[in-house]
Amino acid sequence: MEVASLAAVEVEYPGRGKALGPFDLSVEEGEIVALVGPSGCGKSTALRLLAGLEQPTRGTVTRTPGRGETSVVFQSPNLMPWASALANAALPLELDGIDKTEARRQAADALARVGLSGAAAAKPAQLSGGMAMRVSLARALVTEPRLLLLDEPFAALDEITRRDLAADIHTLWTETRPAVIFVTHNVEEAVYMASRVVVMSASPGRTFSVVPTDPALPRPPHFRTTLEFRSAAEAISRDLALSMGRAA
Amino acid sequence: MNRAIIDVAAPLVLIAVLLAGWEAACRIMAIPSYFLPPPSEIARAAISGAPVLFESAWNTLFMALKALVVASILACGVALVVALNQTLEKAVQPLAVALQVTPVIAIAPQVVIWAGLDHPERAIVALAVIVAFFPIFSGALTGLKATDPDLERLFDLYGATRWQRLWRLRIPSSVPFVLEGHKVAGGLAVIGAVVAEFVAGSGGAQGLAWRILESSNRLQTARTFAAVIVLAIMGALLHAALRHAERAILKRLRGR
Repeated sequence: MEVASLAAVEVEYPGRGKALGPFDLSVEEGEIVALVGPSGCGKSTALRLLAGLEQPTRGTVTRTPGRGETSVVFQSPNLMPWASALANAALPLELDGIDKTEARRQAADALARVGLSGAAAAKPAQLSGGMAMRVSLARALVTEPRLLLLDEPFAALDEITRRDLAADIHTLWTETRPAVIFVTHNVEEAVYMASRVVVMSASPGRTFSVVPTDPALPRPPHFRTTLEFRSAAEAISRDLALSMGRAA
Repeated sequence: MNRAIIDVAAPLVLIAVLLAGWEAACRIMAIPSYFLPPPSEIARAAISGAPVLFESAWNTLFMALKALVVASILACGVALVVALNQTLEKAVQPLAVALQVTPVIAIAPQVVIWAGLDHPERAIVALAVIVAFFPIFSGALTGLKATDPDLERLFDLYGATRWQRLWRLRIPSSVPFVLEGHKVAGGLAVIGAVVAEFVAGSGGAQGLAWRILESSNRLQTARTFAAVIVLAIMGALLHAALRHAERAILKRLRGR
């Protein structure tokens, strides 16, 4: 069942011209789709449209999950610096009017799921980049979303941390299997995370190609060394180069 | 030598050199002490007048602190109301600026009359409130509007109401700005209090400014200097205390 879609959407900013489209995208229940493309092609704009944070100039955005069922993990952890990890993770529930004790109990649960039960009382400044990102992930998962939008969540993390977090996101995803859209400019990350990779052309972004990857999620430990992984990554890299007008 | 020791010693050495030069100049050139008393005479005046000076300093400080509290409540309250309404902000802004740029000395005589000539302390607090108001108001308003746009987007995403946004995002975001405003306002409140004391010019409110006026009228220049020095030390201590409070609060807020 389709959870969300963009149909022929275009986004234009006054004075800056067209940033996106026409662009189509749809994500099914229990599916992880990755969006890759050159910088400024409108990947994040597409995500903001799906999150309802922005309106398209033309075209239609459809989303079956309501506001409380859609979560976004941004490029930076985006935590309230004055609030503890627990309070940050509980924010969506508390804004939704859920009783504070109950919200904090569920937030503690979400923190435990991302492996941070020991850091509940810590403030963001006391956390490492990877830990802060995990709090951000816990905050996104606390509402048990049906649609999870990830906007380059690993961009600021080192290689080891991003690999750990990528594997953990898959593990967490298997619990409720939300529809996930994962924006990245890293080809290997896209192949690892998603079962379908949409390659976008340079600004204004359109679909250049769609590359299917191994549908078995989560990934086995040595997935990055498999032939499927390598060939999908190469296909995407080639398409990316072509989309930017370069020879493959 | 240890960096920390140098940092402390350097200004002390400079002060000592300047004082020694001053003392020597007064003695060598036989400058009359009503014109420029040597540091040694100022020190004697400070020691002999210490009880009176401390009492006067406390009076001035107490009034400045009272004004700071009143200004803080007023400024934060007005900033909060104004931040919720753009039209109101536009309406209030020119008045607030006018209040800030008008020298307090220009309105002091009238405020003294309004407060009642028998109650110079009321005028002193009122004038100190006027000068302390603006930095707190401006800090609070800036802070309430300086929320992180990414956090704003997050609150949009979760459909936060206006009140949730105010209590959970805008007010906490404004804290560092409000604290900074208080730090500036603390120094200004002392200036306001001193200016008002000068204008009130009465023995009814015996603050440091009154001591300065009194000794200056009597050509007791050493006592004048002693009072000015106490005033400077008091201002510096108040500033240090507010800075310390600012750091402690921010540390508590951010966890480090």
